[in-house]
Amino acid sequence: MVDILFFVFAATAVGGALGVVLQKNPVSSLLFMVGTLASLAGLFVLMEAHFLAAIQVIVYAGAIMVLFLFVIMLLNLGHDYRDDLKTGLGMFTAFAAAGALAGVLVSQLRGVEETPLAQHFPGPDALDQLLAEQGIIGAIAHPLFTDYVVAFELVGILLLVALVGAIVIAKRRV
Amino acid sequence: MLAEALVLSAILFVIGTTGVLIRRNAIIMFLCVELQLNAVNLSFVALSQYIGIEGQVFVFFIMTVAAAEAAVGLAIIISIFRHYETVNVDNFNLLKW
Repeated sequence: MVDILFFVFAATAVGGALGVVLQKNPVSSLLFMVGTLASLAGLFVLMEAHFLAAIQVIVYAGAIMVLFLFVIMLLNLGHDYRDDLKTGLGMFTAFAAAGALAGVLVSQLRGVEETPLAQHFPGPDALDQLLAEQGIIGAIAHPLFTDYVVAFELVGILLLVALVGAIVIAKRRV
Repeated sequence: MLAEALVLSAILFVIGTTGVLIRRNAIIMFLCVELQLNAVNLSFVALSQYIGIEGQVFVFFIMTVAAAEAAVGLAIIISIFRHYETVNVDNFNLLKW
């Protein structure tokens, strides 16, 4: 069951990603992206990251994609199809670079099955036990507010800076 | 499921890279960068099943940084659009020699 769901979500994620790249209309691209993000949230649930799945739907598919949609509609780009794809040498170079990247990633993936992760690290059962003991939120909140509390505070400051920066940059006159 | 998830993550990352390289619309390029970030998030979550909950904490931080990056990036795109009346990156050639 889990395997079937995994492949269903994987197929919709890849299909959505292809839609993002191939659609000419920016709004349809964006809607395909929402589909990809939703399938990734489903995959996160299958991999026992329930909190991240919720955040993925609320923050990514909700807030960030709506921000993109606002900008597309504010700039009136919904019907701007003019020569959006690169041509000739640019296209060839792009596919060559992407192919090279794919080659590097595939060569790294080879042998991942034989890598004895379970011998060096706790493994899936330890994560199951942690989730059962501390709950879905507690398991991620405990390291977040103990070991990583400095990073957490810094991220808060980063969000404030980004908020002020976005307003200042997008403002019409300084 | 680990190997399949890593393969899916690699596929999504390559599709995102292709999108950044072949499109000229700045907003779509930005969307494809988000796709790459999500591909990396997927591999973090897949590995966190084996290595520990820290992977999920890291994905939480990546999502926060992605939100900040989207806000600032879209503000820059709006500001560029005010100047050039387009978001086609071929027109932004001031720093090109």
